[in-house]
This record gives sequence, structure tokens and C-alpha cells, in this order.
Amino acid sequence: MSPAGGPRQLDVSIHEKSYRAASGARLEVLRDLAFTLPAGSVGALVGPSGCGKTTLLRIVTGLDHDFAGKVQLPDHGKFGMVFQEPRLLPWRTVEQNVRLGAPVATAAELDALFGALGLGAHRGHFPGELSLGQARRVALARAFAVKPDLLVLDEPFVSLDAALAAHLRDQLAALVTSRRVTTLLVTHDIDEAVGLADRLFLLSASPAHVVAQVSIPRPRGARTAEELAKIRGEIAGALGKQAV
Amino acid sequence: MNVALRLISLGLLIAAWYAGSQIAGSRMLPAPQTVGVALWNEAQSGALAFNLGVTLARVAVSFVIAMALGTVLGVAMGRYRLVDRLADSWLVALLNLPALVIIVLAYVWAGLNEPAAIAAVALNKLPNATVTVREGARSLDRQLDEMAQVFNMGRWARLRHVLVPQLAPYLAAAARSGLSLVWKIVLIVELLGRSNGVGFEIGIAFQLFDVTRILAYAIAFVLVMLAIETFLVQPIERHVSRWRPKAA
Repeated sequence: MSPAGGPRQLDVSIHEKSYRAASGARLEVLRDLAFTLPAGSVGALVGPSGCGKTTLLRIVTGLDHDFAGKVQLPDHGKFGMVFQEPRLLPWRTVEQNVRLGAPVATAAELDALFGALGLGAHRGHFPGELSLGQARRVALARAFAVKPDLLVLDEPFVSLDAALAAHLRDQLAALVTSRRVTTLLVTHDIDEAVGLADRLFLLSASPAHVVAQVSIPRPRGARTAEELAKIRGEIAGALGKQAV
Repeated sequence: MNVALRLISLGLLIAAWYAGSQIAGSRMLPAPQTVGVALWNEAQSGALAFNLGVTLARVAVSFVIAMALGTVLGVAMGRYRLVDRLADSWLVALLNLPALVIIVLAYVWAGLNEPAAIAAVALNKLPNATVTVREGARSLDRQLDEMAQVFNMGRWARLRHVLVPQLAPYLAAAARSGLSLVWKIVLIVELLGRSNGVGFEIGIAFQLFDVTRILAYAIAFVLVMLAIETFLVQPIERHVSRWRPKAA
């Protein structure tokens, strides 16, 4: 944790992270992976599946300390996180789940969040009574309610149908834009990354490192289809080159 | 419908009892009404309430002690491999030691007194509670643990909202099997070394071959335990599992 008034950006530099496989052999997952994410911006880590993205997030959020390198968190390092699975407490209602994640959130703040995510009618429901899309939105609400210094999203819309994923992506984009929270997003979906992020970090296959960085200067919403297509092409090129 | 079926089943039991008493004779198996009258007389004299109260108090104290220790030990064994390795052989030994041996040894070593009686009952129940809770602790969801850690939830919040709800079904199973086990063992403890309680009364009745009295006390106690199950255990279970989608 950095002291109050410390650096506001996220600085990650990992020299090496490896696992010991069941056979006893060491399996290198990350190698010389470094990137910097300025305060208030949205960074997307894009890479092939199995390249160690989730491992990287576990290191950033402090769930895994067994690595060589350094992670400098913005401000006080308060996290809001959306895992791949919603990870809600099934025995607590939607509202209790959000409150337990964010005990300091005021009633007005929660009202605004539930409203923005279309969850108003579900506050008293238990997670077992929700669809996957709704549960994902509750997980989003919980992460935002914390008023995090760093919002971390691990493939937040995986296994939703395309229309619903696009709808949730728009809701997320609106929230991220209005709250200016520093956000780190992991995805294998280039459209999702281009639609949400200001800055893309393209990762190689395992052991992963950053092979290219793409900045998208124009604000979300003002991006034309033409520009996005060009960026997508750039990304595909960069990823294609190293995949060979 | 449910209630009607229950009443029919209960009526059949009493009818079978009555028929049995006609065949076996009132000395072997007194008729239901005879036992009912005996029950009423015991209740009138105050002896029934006193003995039931004494026995229930012993059940309550030893049950609480066994559940509390069993929960702590079970969680520790389920979560920490070292504790599990250290305590496992003790647990197996205790699980397989006959209840009677524990009771007799407790009385021999500590004397015929109340603490020895309570300790003997609690020790009999402890290994079952521990084993059940250990299963629960082994199946705790690591993903929820990580969630709690990332969101920096406090110790108390984690205990109350993450740990205990996951253990709840195991605690309920331990409590339910425990309650019936504990009261049966309390009766033996009273028979062997106490001078009051339902077990003591049944012991006296046995020496006098007073089957009426034995049945009167047994029925009174079963009714009390049934009331505890219906009005205490089941409502708590319903409340704790209200989040589960309705089924079965």
C-alpha cells in the first residue's frame, strides 16, 4: 500500500512468476511484464486465453504474493473487483451483498447505482433468483459501490449472449466515464477492449509479456466505426505477428 | 393433508399398542390409558416436571459444550492440515470408544458428581460434531474467501456472512443428530451415577418392574424433544435456508 498522497497511477513490473506443476517442473507464466496505467484511465489487457491474465490480476489485487517484481497501487489501493464468476454470497440479498462489499456506501449512492444498472426491482432478491446477466450487474454494482482506487474487471461479460454483453458494456462504459475511476480490464475480446479502454496492452502467449501498447486518444462514445476498425486492424497485426 | 396423515399414523401406533397390551397382559405392556393416568399423576405431584427439568438442563449444558468445542476443533482440522494430522488419531479413538466406557471412566476418575456426568456426555458427542463440521470446513469455497479478501471485509463480517452460512448445513446436521444422541446418553449417565432425572426414575422403575412408569417417562421425554424439534430446530433451519430456491 502506498502512503496517502502517493503516486496515483498503477505501476506493474513483474520480472517473473511461475507455478510448480504437479509433475514438479516449473511452469513460467509471466516474464518481464511491465505497464503503467495513469489515474482515471481504463486499461485493457488483451491476450490469448491461458496466457496468464487471471494470474496477473491475482498479483495486482494482492491475492498472490509469490512472484518476483513490484506492484505500485494507486492511492490507498482500495479495490473494487468483478471476477469472472459473479462471486456473490448466495445467502444474502442483492442489497446485502453490495453493502457487505462496500459498508461505507450511503443509501443515496446505492440508489443511484442500482438505478443506473437497472437493479432497482431486485434489491431484495437472493442471487439464486437472478439470471447470470443480473448477477453480473450486481457484481458490478458492488465493485463501484466501494468507490475504488482501482477497479479490476476479469472478463466481466464472458458467457453472456452478444446483445446482453453489449448492453452491459454500455452501462459499464457510462459508469467508468462518469466516475473517472482507474480501471484495469482483462479480456480476450478485442471489441470489448476497444469499446471500453483508453489504452490497450497486448500480451504474448505464456510466459506473457506486453508485446505492444495501443492508445485510443478519442473519448468513448466519440469514436467512429472507422477509427475502431483501424485500431482493431492494428491489434490483430500486433497479435498475429507474435503468434507465429 | 400432511397433518391428517401424521394423525392417522399416530392413531395406528396407539391402536397397535392397545392391541399389544391386550395380548401381552398389563404387566408386560400396560394399555395406553393406564400409562396416560400414570403420566397425569406424576405431573400432578411435580415429580415429572422436576425430573424432566433436571435431565433437560444436563442435555442443554453438555450439548452446548460439545457443539462449541466440536465446531472450533472441526473448523481448525478442516482448514489446517497440521491440526488435522495431529488430532485425527485422537478423534478416531474417541469415535470408537463405547459410550459406556467413557461414562464409567469419568465417574471412576472424577467421582459421582455433576461435572463428571456432563463431561462424559459432552465427550461422547464431541467426535461426531467435530467430524461433521470438519467436512463442512473442507468444502469451504475459496472463491468467496478471495472475494472477501479483495473487498477487505473485516474479521467479524467474514465470520458472520462468509464462513458461518457455509457451515450452517453441517452445523444443523451435527445439532440434529447430536440432540438425539445426547439425550439418550444423559439417561444412561443418570441411571449409573445420579440421584435425579428421567434416567434415575427409569432405573428405579426397572428395579420394581414398573413398566407403566418407564413408558410414562419415556413418552414425556419424547414429547418434549418433539416440541424442541418442531418449535426450535425446524424454524431455525427454515430461516437459515430461506435463500435456497424452493424445492423438495
